[in-house]
Order: sequence, then C-alpha cells, then structure tokens
Amino acid sequence: MSLAPSMTTTNEKQFIGTRQPRLEDEVLLRGQGRYGDEVPTPPGTLYAAIVRSPHPHARLKAVDSSRALEMDGVHGVLTGEDVRQWALPFPVGVRQPMEHWCLAVDKVRYVGEPVAVVIAENRYLAEDALSGVTVDYETLPVAVDTEFAIESGAAILHEKVGGNVVSDRTFRYGDPETAFAEADRQVSIKVRFPRSSCMPIECYVVLAQFDPANSAFDITSNFQGPYALHSVMCRALQVPANRLRLRTPPESGGSFGIKQGVFPYVVMMGLAARKVGAPVKWVEDRLEHLQGASSGTNRVSTLEAAVTREGRVTALRLDQLDDCGAYLRAPEPATTYRMHGNLTGAYAIRNLAVRNRIVMTNKTPTGLNRGFGGPQVYFPLERLMQRIAVELDLDPLDVIRTNLVPKGAFPYRSAAGSLLDSGDYPAGLEKGVREGGLEELIQRRDEARREGRYYGIGYTAAVEPSISNMGYITMAFTPEERKRAGPKNGAVSTATISVDPLGSVSVHVSSTPQGQGHQTVAAQIVAETLGVPLESISVNVELDTGKDAWSIASGNYSSRFSGAVAGAVYKAALKVRARLAALAAEQWNIDSDDIRFSEGRVYVEGTDQSSSFHRLAGATHWSPGTTPQSEPGGLRETAFWTPPELEAPGDDELINSSLCYGFIFDYCGVEIDAITGAVRIDRYVTLHDAGRMLNPQLVDGQIRGGFAQALGAALMEEFVYGADGNFQSGTLADYLIPTSVEVPEPVILHMETPSPFTPLGAKGVGEGNNMSTPVCIANAVADALETRDVELPLTPSKVRILMGIEEPPRPEGVGEPETEATASSGSRLRARDSVELPGTPNEVFDALLNPQTLAAIIPGCHGLEMTGENEYRADVTVGVGMIRARFDARVSLHDLNPPDSLQLRGYGSSAMGSAEAFATVTLTALEGNRTRLDYDYEATVGGRIASVGGRMLQSASKMIIGQVFSRFSRRMGGGTSRFLFLQRLWQRIRALLTGKGGPS
Amino acid sequence: MHLKADTRHRVTVTLNGRERAGYAEPRTLLSDFLRHELGATGTRVGCEHGVCGACTVLVDGRASRSCLMLAVQAQGRDLQTVESLAREETLNDLQQAFRKHHALQCGFCTAGILISSTEFLTRVSRPTETQVRDMLSGHLCRCTGYTGIVNAILEVAETRDHEVSGPTDKEQENNNV
Amino acid sequence: MKPATFDYTRPGTRREACDLLHEFGDDARLIAGGQSLMAVLNMRFAQPGLLIDIAGIQDLHYIEDRGDYLAVGAGITQAELLEHPGLAEKVPLLAQAMPWIGHAQTRNRGTVCGSIAHADPSAELPLCLTALGGEVVLEARKGKTRKLPAHEFFQGILTTAKRTDELITEVRFPLGQGNERYRFREVSMRHGDFAIVALAVRICGDRTDLTVGGVADRPVRRSMTGNDARASWLNHFAWSLNAQDDAHASAVYRRHLVRELGSRLIDECSAQKDDTHAPQG
Repeated sequence: MSLAPSMTTTNEKQFIGTRQPRLEDEVLLRGQGRYGDEVPTPPGTLYAAIVRSPHPHARLKAVDSSRALEMDGVHGVLTGEDVRQWALPFPVGVRQPMEHWCLAVDKVRYVGEPVAVVIAENRYLAEDALSGVTVDYETLPVAVDTEFAIESGAAILHEKVGGNVVSDRTFRYGDPETAFAEADRQVSIKVRFPRSSCMPIECYVVLAQFDPANSAFDITSNFQGPYALHSVMCRALQVPANRLRLRTPPESGGSFGIKQGVFPYVVMMGLAARKVGAPVKWVEDRLEHLQGASSGTNRVSTLEAAVTREGRVTALRLDQLDDCGAYLRAPEPATTYRMHGNLTGAYAIRNLAVRNRIVMTNKTPTGLNRGFGGPQVYFPLERLMQRIAVELDLDPLDVIRTNLVPKGAFPYRSAAGSLLDSGDYPAGLEKGVREGGLEELIQRRDEARREGRYYGIGYTAAVEPSISNMGYITMAFTPEERKRAGPKNGAVSTATISVDPLGSVSVHVSSTPQGQGHQTVAAQIVAETLGVPLESISVNVELDTGKDAWSIASGNYSSRFSGAVAGAVYKAALKVRARLAALAAEQWNIDSDDIRFSEGRVYVEGTDQSSSFHRLAGATHWSPGTTPQSEPGGLRETAFWTPPELEAPGDDELINSSLCYGFIFDYCGVEIDAITGAVRIDRYVTLHDAGRMLNPQLVDGQIRGGFAQALGAALMEEFVYGADGNFQSGTLADYLIPTSVEVPEPVILHMETPSPFTPLGAKGVGEGNNMSTPVCIANAVADALETRDVELPLTPSKVRILMGIEEPPRPEGVGEPETEATASSGSRLRARDSVELPGTPNEVFDALLNPQTLAAIIPGCHGLEMTGENEYRADVTVGVGMIRARFDARVSLHDLNPPDSLQLRGYGSSAMGSAEAFATVTLTALEGNRTRLDYDYEATVGGRIASVGGRMLQSASKMIIGQVFSRFSRRMGGGTSRFLFLQRLWQRIRALLTGKGGPS
Repeated sequence: MHLKADTRHRVTVTLNGRERAGYAEPRTLLSDFLRHELGATGTRVGCEHGVCGACTVLVDGRASRSCLMLAVQAQGRDLQTVESLAREETLNDLQQAFRKHHALQCGFCTAGILISSTEFLTRVSRPTETQVRDMLSGHLCRCTGYTGIVNAILEVAETRDHEVSGPTDKEQENNNV
Repeated sequence: MKPATFDYTRPGTRREACDLLHEFGDDARLIAGGQSLMAVLNMRFAQPGLLIDIAGIQDLHYIEDRGDYLAVGAGITQAELLEHPGLAEKVPLLAQAMPWIGHAQTRNRGTVCGSIAHADPSAELPLCLTALGGEVVLEARKGKTRKLPAHEFFQGILTTAKRTDELITEVRFPLGQGNERYRFREVSMRHGDFAIVALAVRICGDRTDLTVGGVADRPVRRSMTGNDARASWLNHFAWSLNAQDDAHASAVYRRHLVRELGSRLIDECSAQKDDTHAPQG
C-alpha cells in the first residue's frame, strides 16, 4: 500500500477520513450554482429544437424543411443531408457494417431518434417550427422483444449486418465441462433485467460555436466523460482533437452515467452552429430525455450452476443477451464487459463458461448508467444463489458463506481475471449479520408468517468494481482483432495544483463531478498534505480540453474519483510539498525530511522555527533567483497516475476489468400487502467495505442515493415499450421515480480494508447499491411468496398477480369481452362495435363513398381534398377533453365489396405523433329498410401522444373512432328518425344494465 | 385586458421584496421569465410538466410550480425564490441545516425543496417526519435518498419552535399539510 | 416543451368570461389554477387561440355552507378547500380524499372546479362528487345557468357535459349526514400519483354505496342493499367497468382491487364509529 499523508507527516490537523461539510454547498444553497443552462451565451446565440421520429422503425423518404424556413425567427434547419456532407458516422465498438450518425440519414430505428434540427431565435420559436418540417416515412416492421429480435425472420435494423446480433463471443475459464459433469446438482435460472435509468433532474445542455477560420468547434456541454468519447466526437466531426474544444460548466445537475449520452448532441449542435453561422444552444426537455437520451441495457440471462450437495458452486455457465437498442453507441458494448473479470461476484468459483451476445432492437440506444453492468450481473447471480438454497433446502445465507472468497486470499485472481485487491468477505458478512440485526428480522418474519402475512428476507453479496480498465471494452473483440487494433489498458487520472504568487492554493481535477463532492475531498487531501486551511483552497472541476490536463480516462464514471483522481491529487500535492520542502531545507540548511507543514506555516520539525507557507511558495514567483538551482520557478505541478495492475487482456482472455473491488453485503426484510401486492421494505441493511473512506459523510450520501435509485429500479422504474415499438414512459408521471414517501432509510454499516493499489487506499463507493439492492429486494419477495419468477420492477399489480388472483368469471352480459388490447401490445388498440342505420346496405355503402359524407363524419375535419380514387387528404383536429392534436391526415377506402363490406384506412401525422387506423366495415341488411354496420378496427398511435397518454389511450381512441360512426349514423338518419330514438333508448337500457352512466 | 400572442407585454411582480418588471409573451412560462428575463436563475427547470418540483417558487406565499404558470398570470403578485433566503453574508437556518445534514449533492432540486420547506415551516410549526415526507413528495431528488433533507427540515422546525415557544408536544398530525 | 402561441385575457366578471366563451367557442380554453392545462399546453397537446384566465373574477372565490351542501366557487383552490374550517365535519369524504390529490405544491394552485372540469377518470375530486351525488353549476352567456348532477356531468374520458360556451361557476358537495359513514382508499404507484384504483364507500343504514375511480372512463357509483350477496355484487361491479391494462397495472389487478379492496373498505366503513377521524389509507 502506498503511504498516506497522515503516516508521513506529523500534521496536527487531519482532514482525510473526516466528515467535512462540503465546500460546494453554499453556492448551491444560495441558488448561485452555474449549470449548463446558466453558462453565458455569446451575443447572437440561437436556439435549437429537434424533430424526432414518431416511429420505431421507418425508412426516411424525404425531409422537407421549406415551410419551417419561412416561419418566424427560423434561421436554419440541419438535416441528414448536411450531416452526410460534413460529418462521419460515429465509430462503433464492434466490427460490423453498421452506421450511427448524429441525425438519421436513411432510416429511423427508435421512437425519438433525431431527424432534423430547427434553429431559431428562441426555443419557443424553434418548437413552433418543428411542425414546419415535413418528414415522409415509410414504416417498417419492428424488432422490439430482445429474444424475438435474434430469431430468423425478425425485422433487421442494420441490413448490412444481416441480423440483429452484432457481437457473439464465448469465453471459457477453468474446466466448466468437467465441473458440470461431476456436479451433485445443477441449478439454473433465466431472468430478464429491464430498462431503466438513474434519470438526473437536469437534462442535457449543449452550447456550440463553430469557427470557420480554423475549422474548429468550441462546445460547452454537461458531458461527464469518459473523455475517450472526445476522440469519437472528433472522428464524427472530422477534426483533429485540438479543433474540438470541449468544456464543461462548473456545476452538473446529476448524471449517474446518463450524461455520457450527450455526446451525439455535441456533434449535432456543432454542425447546427456551422449550418447557421452562429452559436447554437440546445436544452433538452424532459420528454426528449425520457424517450431519447439513454437507458441502462436490458438483459436476458440464463445461468446454470454446478453445485455440490453442500451448496458449493463449482462452475457457472452464463448466457447473456444484451439489448443495446437501435445503435451500438460508444462505449457500448461496455455494459457487457465492465463486469467481465468479476462475473463470479464475491464467490470463489473457478470454472466459468460465458456466451455474450449483443442485440439491436428498435429502442433507445443504451449507455452508462450508475452501476453499469452490475445490476445486470447480480440480478441473475444472486437470484441463482437463492434458488440453490431453495432447491437444496439450505439456508441462503449459508450458501453465500460457503462460496465467498475466503479470508486471506487477497489479492485474489478470479476465474475471468479480476484481481480482487483486498477485503475480508466472511468478516464483512458476519459483521452485517450481527450489527444489522438479522436475528430480529428473522423473528419478525416468523411472527408475520404465523399470522398469515407475507414476509420475506433477501440477501445479496457482491463486489463493487471501481476504476475501470480502459482495456475491458476490447473484450468485445477476439484476441486476433485486439492484436490488430493495438493494446488498450490503464486508467490515467490527473490533477494539477498551483500555488500563486500570493501563496494561495488552487487545484484542478479532470473528474467532472455531478454532485459527489469532489471539490471537498480534493481540498481535504491538499489541506492535509500542504498544511493549509481547508477553506483557503480553491478547487476547480470544470474541464476544458483546450487548456487543462486530461486523458481519455478523464471524467466521472466507474466510481473512479476516490481511488484514482483523489490519488492523483495526493500525488500532485506531494510534488508541490517536495519542492517547498527543498526550498525550506536549503533556507534553513537542514534535511528536507525535517520539514513539517502545518496551519499555513512551514516548520523545522521539533522546533518553533518557521516561515509562512505563502512567503515560501511566493518566492518561486517573486524571487526565483534566490531559490536552489533544482527549483524551476513558479509553482504548479500536474500529476498523472495510472495503476500497473490494469493490463490489457491477453490471448488467455483474462481481464482485470477494474482496479478496485469493494465488498457489499446486503439483506432486507419486506412485507407484501395481501390485497394490493404493495411491497413494503421493513428494514434494509447494507454493509460496505470500500477501502479507506476519505469523507464518511459523503460515502453515506453515495450509499443513500444509490439505494434510492435502486429501490426505484426494483419497485417502479421502467422504460416500457409496446410490442409495436412505441415508447410508453414518456413523462415523469409514467416513468416513476421514488419520492420521499417511498424511500426508507437503510441501515448503513462500514468496514475499511484499504486497497493496496490506490495512493490513499480508497476504493469507489458510488455504485454498489445500484448493483446489490434490486436483487436483494427481489430475493426477499421471492422468499415471501415462495416463488421463482420475480421480474422487475415489482409493481403492486405484478406482485399481486404473482401471488395468484383467482378471478370469478365475467357475469353474462356484464361489461365488454376483453379485447386484445393489452399493455404488452402497446399502443395498438383493437375493438369492434356496431351501429344501426336507416337505409339499405346499398344506400349506406354509397354514402360512405361520398366525400361529403367523409368530410362530415370525420371529427374535426377541415377541408377534404381528393388525391386519387377513394383517396383523400384532410386537415383533422381530434382529441378528447382539453387535449387536441392537429393531423395532416390521409383517408382511403379499400377492398370495396359493394354493398357488403369495405375497409376504411386513416393515417395522420403531426408534430405530436402519428395515428393510424384500419376499420373493416361490414353491412348487413335488417328488416324495415335498415342496415347494421359492424366495424372492427385496429388503431395504432405513435410518437409523443403514445408516450405520454398511455393511461388514457384506449378509452380516448375508442371514443374518437366511435364518434366517426355515430356521426355517420346521425347523418344517415338526419337525427329525426324513430329508429334513432329507439337506439338511444337501447343504449340507456344497456347503460343501466352494465352499470355505466351513473348510480342505479 | 386582452394580451395578443406574439407580442411582448410588460409584467410587473414583486420578486424577493423588490418590484421588478420585464417583458413576456402570453405563452412565456413563469419559470422562463424568472430565469431569463429577471435573471433569477436559482430556480431550476427539470420537467416542465409539474412533476419534479425543481422550479417551485412562492406565489403570494404559496409554493407553486413556476413551469405550470404563465408569466402574465404573475402580474402584480408577490414572488419569492431561493435567492431571498440568505441574508447578505450568511445562509439562513434552513440552508445551514441542509449543509450540515448533507441534504444536497448536485443541488439541482435544492432550490425548489428549500422553497417548499420555507412555506411548510410557516404552516406546520412542529411537524412529524410523516408530514415532512408528505410535503417533500412533491419534489424529486435523485442524489440523496431524501434522508438528509428530512433531517434538516425536522431540525430547523425544532430549533425554531424552541426559539418561539419552548418545547411542545408533537401535534397536529392531521392538520395543515 | 414550450406552449404554442395564444392570446391571453383575464376577465373581471363572469359575464365577460361567458361572452368571450360565446365568441371564441372551442378555440378558447379556460384557465384557473392551470395544474392540468399548463402541462398539456407545454406539451402542445392543446393549442387554443385564446386563454381565458378566470382567476381575476372575484365573485367566484367562495366556500359556502348552504345547509344541504357545500358550494365551492370556481376560484377556490384545492388547498383552500382542504384547509376550510370544519371540512371534516361537513364533507368527511373530501377531508379523507383530498390529501391524496397530487402534492401540496399542486394543490396550492389547482382549483376544485378545474379538476372537476378536467374529468380525469382517476382523479379524486370527480370521484368524490360522484360518490356524494353532487352537482355542477354551469353558466353561459346572458346569465343562463344550468345544474347537472355528477353522473350526468361526467360523460367519459376527459369528457363532460359542459358546452364550449359554458363556465363552471360552482360545484356542490352534499353535506355529510349524521347517520352516514365514509371511507376512502386509493392504490397508486407512488404517493400523489393518479389512482390505479380509488374507492369511496358510503354507508347509510341498510344501503352501501361504492364509487370506483381509475377503472372505467369516469367514476362510477353503485349501491348495494342488504339483499345483495356482496361477493357477487362486487364481481358484477368490477366486470362492468371494462377495466383496461396500462403500463403500471393490468385489468385483472384492477378488477381484483375493486372486489377485494372494495370488500375490505366496506368492512372498515361498517366497523367505523366516527367519520371525522378516519385514517387516510
């Protein structure tokens, strides 16, 4: 282990490891934080709004922006044509003929995919002009379900690839075949991990400028790194790296990985600025963010374990099917490989077989998301451990105990190559059991069960990796491909400390924090190392690639701050201290080891002889001629640090995918409401060993925050897609983030086993609960219900159905028979109904062919013009209640079979989304010169309407389509016939019978 | 009064105790007016559909979503934003308690929460944790897990109550929320 | 997410407001608290030519006990009604149900009549009005008024009997009677969310009324008398509502809640002695 400052100096004041209030807070509490939207804009800045696809999969036939260009305040529209001319597609992390451009050029592949950028004088005007861009789409079949997408016959997103699987790799470590052959038992599980996101409250912001004289871009964005993506952006913009100056604002309103995904918009807005010759600013709105920003990867996993009678796992077989959405956006498929070295979790499992497939579907592309790859691994792994206990009739805690990496085995090389740096997992588990009160929880469960209540306990043991090896991403390549591409590895971090002529200390780190308190921790380290007051230190965390020290690993991800960046800060502080010590030693003619830094002064150890820090440091600026020859003058030190343990993967396919591995042991008790199925967390205990804690208050803050997000992922959060590819979680009333009422306070326990590989012994702690908590809750629910198949999110509806609902049958004549319209079929609605009309079928049929009739019966139809035989175009405004959308509609009649049947088709598009309906109309002659018109329809709604209106869509569509035929009925009958009166009477009777329409 | 679309109209409000005027179209959201016209950028915008609570300000003393209000609707009203809380050099007791209890990380939701809490503490002098959490449920925080926020508000309530009347029993669980 | 353009006007009187409604018809939208409309405007799902802000009409700002019912004017916010002294005694169901409406910050601006006008099938106030058999008072030009009972007013999803030239001036909640007991319960994904299922029970002697929100396209009330077998009555009710699936809950689950939670709530309500301090859920 490297030496920590408190061991090398005798400073009176210790900061490292103490609970310091944050330096960041005051500016934020005063409302003076400067986030992306508060970055000053140059005069003449224009504002962008984005035309997005309402379709999950369609060919782009034409993009016509001519109407938009004539609209008030519009300066230009950037389209795929411009992008083709000026840019390149983004580099892709697998070798496949697939292209991802910053704007769609040939097809759209997910709902919300950017198609054009309107640039206007303000955001209001830009949004006005979205409706002025006409996009002609030819819709295509979709591939939505991950497992269907890999079948032959599935719609293919990237035709040149020839299928939707863009990467298929297998790995073998140890001798899994023999272990399975010799196993006492085999236990398997198949699980689906859904899509969700940690969803920051601040959305994406980009402010872009283009300098034509130098062909250079200067772009400010709340990008979070990794700065390897700077290279990706440069490639797309076709500029060398020194022509893309990328800056971040002082504050970021949360990211949790998600703001990695802003990078395509950095490129897009750079091109937009080039298009209009002015600075362009874009502030993503929440609807854009939900449907199109980024998502965690959903995964289908099949796990098999070879197990001894005692519950010892001797081998694991994993099949992981990762759904990265419509494009493989860099750094994907990193989700799949971030955990590769530690796929065996906290367990000593020596034999491992893995198959990883990456699948493209018509969903939003995935990217970094707190816990990245972790919850996808631990959900199946820890569900499997629970199943082993159930199937072998063992205590689940004993199964965990039996398999943990033993004490004294560290550093421990896992089967797939992770070098677990330090820990004592068994001791951690026992501490958690003891101090978290497991015994009492078990008593509560027993008592609850005696009373017939549903109560369960779930456990999770996990390792939390931090400080990613940049080389793990190349695991998607074969060893041969890796050899051709050249090695990638390491995790370079950097920090700069300068002492100015007046002796005050400034620190710069390239860690782009999003609220974690990096300024405070950096200041703590520097204050302790240089013996200056904490408050006197200024820490700048803005990153400007044009003038700051940075490298590809810079940024805020993989919980790399406390291990790597803080370590670099410490290294830089040591360099500054060494120079100052040399100065003082020369001045006093003593050994520099005898210099002590304390409270803003520099002392001769063991004496009162001292000089002020600012005077000594100031000499390097004011009088460099008086300093020793070794002193170069000025005082600014940059430290770069990369750990040697992070090697590139070799031919053996071993990868130490992270530098540090913290240990987590969680358990919880949950009670499930017998009627509602609501899951209540009775107690949640989480033990963390993240090495040395630099600021325990901030550590607890990270744990609580991650826990709350994980609770959301476990119980309510999901990006829902219909089978038709429509996105259904389009508002924060649909995508549900836990509030203060839903989040309990976890019991947090700590252990500190320092890492031998980081300068300060610290490990990352930001992501652990995002990995461990979802499955811990799921295990508790599985225990409570004694069930195997728990799927996230565990909504009351889902849980209650899991408990079994024995539904009495539908009484005869009550309500309507169930249609096929279900949540899983998304926004596609099918139903049938009928009306009775005066007139013969021939008369009714003829009336339907009459354009005047059509114009009269389509609600909100303004002007219907014939465009062909039985083909019309109209401007239609429809809606329910206060909600109205105006559509450019096409209506046509098909399959004319007079006078028996025809098909009525309507398609409408608007900036709000699209709607399509097919109705098969059948006419049957009735007695007395009357006709019964049966209509059987299917309606599909897409785009924004579908993504925000899900709760009401079925009723609303039914109401609107019903209006068409009731208007027709009225028109045929003139509203006066005796028949209509009878029909109304019948409706009233029916309403009474079915209980609709008020009290009986 | 009939204000035409596409035209900017003068809107006068009392912002944090001072009369301020700016120009707004009928459709200009109060959140945009505060931030971009009056420069009160401490109020953040997180969803523009009334769910996240980041943009909450006091309108005539009542916590309200400024994204669900038009600037022209604020004409003549009293508005209070996060900028009003600190007195010159020092943070007020609520802000200090937030700092002490690590009740913020990224700080983006903080202004709205401070504002709602400000109103809440004037209405409920000695709240229970349940009441605090109920009030807070109108705000989404993605960083903290809410614990520090709840503790900070409870502590301020207790301190203020002591200052005013000395300790009292917990009360009015069913009132005033 | 910015609204499309519209004119804005703030009439000072009801008459002025009704004249404007008459003149502009469906091209105008009324705004009071705006807690539903503003989100819809921001998403551009409504693009009216004119917004008529009725907040400036002073004589709509009242809560009056008129002996049989509590009259709530169109200017009254949800917070004001909830804070109305004696609400728990006068209309116990409202006191139980209203804390479930959104959040304190939206109740501060959202109006009672606005929620009734919006007619969201999952919202609490339309449910209460239906459960209590309340009335809506509408006014059109030239002082023409009409009164509609809740079950005639709510016509379907977001759809009411209010004509485009009418203004809701008042809603009337019948006062609780001494021999009545009430119980409200809601199941939602989170605190403050729209109900997956919301239930209100009123028991008066032999008669039990159950009103269900969040399932059909409007709140639905039915009455059970001592002669009905409860389980089959509830099942009949549950199926009659044509429950649908959405992203958060299935139709099966909704029917289950109507049956099981409905039954539990009826039990709780029967066992309850005093309305005014019923726990909120």
